[in-house]
Amino acid sequence: MSFVRSWLPRPFLSLVLLIVWLLMNNAFSLGQILLGLILAMGIPLLTEPLQTQQMAVKRPLKLIKYIMVLMWDIVVANLAVAKLILGPTKALQPGFIAYPLNLTGDLPITLLASTISLTPGTLSAEVSKDKEWLYIHALDLPNEQALIDEIKQRYETPLKEIFQC
Amino acid sequence: MNFAIELILSLLLLLGGSLILIGSLGLIRLPDVYTRLHAPTKATTLGMGAILIASMLFTLFDQGSLSVQQLLITLFLFISAPLTGHLLAKTAMHQRLKQIDKTKNADLIEVARDRKAPNHSSD
Repeated sequence: MSFVRSWLPRPFLSLVLLIVWLLMNNAFSLGQILLGLILAMGIPLLTEPLQTQQMAVKRPLKLIKYIMVLMWDIVVANLAVAKLILGPTKALQPGFIAYPLNLTGDLPITLLASTISLTPGTLSAEVSKDKEWLYIHALDLPNEQALIDEIKQRYETPLKEIFQC
Repeated sequence: MNFAIELILSLLLLLGGSLILIGSLGLIRLPDVYTRLHAPTKATTLGMGAILIASMLFTLFDQGSLSVQQLLITLFLFISAPLTGHLLAKTAMHQRLKQIDKTKNADLIEVARDRKAPNHSSD
């Protein structure tokens, strides 16, 4: 076991690297698989001292559902922002909000911040040092509490379940 | 390729092109740096998505092989777009770029710049 651990410190990362390598080359020949395996083993070994311990995904199925919801929201919200851009821009009411974070851990917070930036109309600008507040800029902000509630129940609560934090 | 597939491909390309055009228009039309940040992040997601799906379908029906490199492009875009947005917003705050006057809660820029908790944190 310790032999496997020392030569394959991050099996999941190795798997991802191998898949990405094969996808990038768009080829599944033996040579590419061998080269991919060498990279998939070598890169984690070389970068191991740089890694920090991250939270593990506890509910993978919920993560897949979360990604599906996110994809759909990106489509819907893109069209909404396109409408805002083409409409009268003088009527826009931009604004900042401070969003109280319930999540803990760098990875879940980063995922939430990226989600907020990817869904159009909102953009994560900064996170406070104590990691309890996320500053968000909204393109059109009629109601602050409504936006906070929406992010909370649509994105943060599922993320909390996924990481159990 | 038959007509139906060509039609779908054209529609996807048109949709993607229009969305990216709208994103660029946003850069001209929107009033300040923070609102302008919203326009390009949007164009990359759905607009590029539509074009990449069209590209995948094209290789699938034209050459009969499934090309997955487009999926990788999408993945890299989805990772890099929020980072760019975050860094640009951060830079704008530190450069003290002017936001338009009617921006709600503009005082939050001051605390966000120093990554402090907001003052009204008691409520």
